[in-house]
Amino acid sequence: METPVLEVKHLKKYFKTPAGQLHAVDDVNFTIEKGHTLGVVGESGCGKTTLGRTILRLLEPTSGEIYFNGEDITKAKKDRMKAIRRQMQLIFQDPYASLNPRMSVAEIIKEPMIVNKMYPTKAELDKRVQELMEVVGLAPRLMNTYPHEMDGGRRQRVGIARALATNPEFIVCDEPVSALDVSIQAQILNLMMDLQEEKQLSYLFITHDLSVVKHISTEIAVMYLGQCVEKAPTAELFENPLHPYTKALLSAIPAIDITQRGKEMELLTGEVHSPVNPVNYCRFHSRCKFACEACKEHEYELKEVSPGHFCACPMCGSLE
Amino acid sequence: MSNKLLEIKNISAEYRTDDGVSKVLNDVTLSLGNGETLGLVGETGAGKTTTALAIMGLLPKRTGFITNGSIEFAEEGNLLEKNEEIMKAIRGHRISMIFQDPMTSLNPVIRVGEQIKESFKVHMPDLSDEDMEKKVDEILEMVGIPAARKREYPHQFSGGMKQRVVIAMALSCEPQLLIADEPTTALDVTIQAQVLHMMDNLKKKLNTSMILITHDLGIVSQNCEKVAVMYAGSIIESGTAEEIFLNEDHHPYTIGLFGSIPDLKKQTRRLSPIDGLMPDPMDLPSGCVFHPRCPKCMEICKNEVPESVSMGGEHQIKCHLFKEVE
Repeated sequence: METPVLEVKHLKKYFKTPAGQLHAVDDVNFTIEKGHTLGVVGESGCGKTTLGRTILRLLEPTSGEIYFNGEDITKAKKDRMKAIRRQMQLIFQDPYASLNPRMSVAEIIKEPMIVNKMYPTKAELDKRVQELMEVVGLAPRLMNTYPHEMDGGRRQRVGIARALATNPEFIVCDEPVSALDVSIQAQILNLMMDLQEEKQLSYLFITHDLSVVKHISTEIAVMYLGQCVEKAPTAELFENPLHPYTKALLSAIPAIDITQRGKEMELLTGEVHSPVNPVNYCRFHSRCKFACEACKEHEYELKEVSPGHFCACPMCGSLE
Repeated sequence: MSNKLLEIKNISAEYRTDDGVSKVLNDVTLSLGNGETLGLVGETGAGKTTTALAIMGLLPKRTGFITNGSIEFAEEGNLLEKNEEIMKAIRGHRISMIFQDPMTSLNPVIRVGEQIKESFKVHMPDLSDEDMEKKVDEILEMVGIPAARKREYPHQFSGGMKQRVVIAMALSCEPQLLIADEPTTALDVTIQAQVLHMMDNLKKKLNTSMILITHDLGIVSQNCEKVAVMYAGSIIESGTAEEIFLNEDHHPYTIGLFGSIPDLKKQTRRLSPIDGLMPDPMDLPSGCVFHPRCPKCMEICKNEVPESVSMGGEHQIKCHLFKEVE
């Protein structure tokens, strides 16, 4: 079997706060194969973004291992890390804040290639910029425009071109479409899927939008308070969700289908708890309608329920 | 047909700036009956919020002008002819509005209870202080916040709770019309579901009519009786929710909007978005505003503004593709 592009084992990221340890990412495990997309969903504050940044070592992990093409990058030295980062890029959520307002489009796209000294001559560099702009569907005339002159969709295309500049194998996409209008969102999603097919890219796709994640992912991980509570291939997760939190999340999406109107929703009561000094049993316990005393006796464990389908609910299988 | 609460007829509005005139509303016609919910759908810059501000009489004073049309509200008559004094009495009392961002629509240095009380002080000055406090408690309990928390400041509440406070403020005087401008866009799905569920219950309880501004077609299909789709300042399609979601004939823009959303039920390989971008309101295309992006554009579309065509029932489409159905 081919080595997966990315393998994450027991990854933890804690932050120290005056109130105690904040468990932003707590014991997360997954692998991403070449050309595949892992969708990470969850509500705000569940640690999705921290996960993405820790994988790229933009944040130092507290413990755990990250294997990129078989190499444990948590042990890589600074120089080695710089070389590895060429292969792993990031697309940011906010196309308004992630581009330097004082740089033109060409300069923004060029920068990673200059930093990594990829092209010796200016002519080659310019040619590459033109290629990249064509790939992401930006007209060549926009080369010398500045971010403020462009709309959100075009800016996000610039962000994608910049991420592609170093020919990465793996891209962390942190809510790349949530700041965009639906019709523009669809254009960007199509572009990202075309690029994936063409270049065999692997994505870690972070989002809170379940319909988007269903569309683009091969596999989905649902996060709740820093932990992965359920992980399964996309179709399986939507057809057969097991964890009560996943069920509630799926049921909360307003259906476009008008015939479903008035259908009883599984409303969650209460809100997400603080990830500071969390309990050592199921963290969803306080909002779960199936919660019982027995839940408190089990520590967190992601169990394989059926091939490829993992669920962390201690009562998994015995519910309904 | 229930009796009309709000009738907007042929409203046009523009913003006059140094750079030119921006035509933000073009011949908008809408109507809303008692207890009904109208979903106003469209993308950024379509004129959804401007429509709401026009109804409230809150267009920016120096730059915003309504050039044509009328807004009839209940027995009040044309709101556009009212002076500021009367509008102040109507606003917040009989028509109120919920803004998109709960984080910025509350005053951070005033306790939430005081902020809710403010509307009683303005609109029901005859009430005694105890009565006002009692009403504040009631309204907070109604939106699911313990009355004891009224002495807290907005930063002590989470996003969903803040939005509940904003809704409590809007409903405090039991308005006949509630305009909710993207009330749940800033919230997580599970909290969104809670808030929408609560709004629906309150609406039924108080028999309030509602204009729900959103870009989420899922929210519209689950919560609205009527739908109007806006594009570049015009309503290009309107009708009952059933007509918009189930009928076969649609405006090409509506089709594009539906095609842009990943369907949870079906597995499509690629989405079918609308090419191009929303036009600049300073420089609207001639004829049909959608023609430069329309896949079915004809010669006539480039020159003539399409009339509203009735498709039977309440279904109206502004497009040259359709002829009147008898």
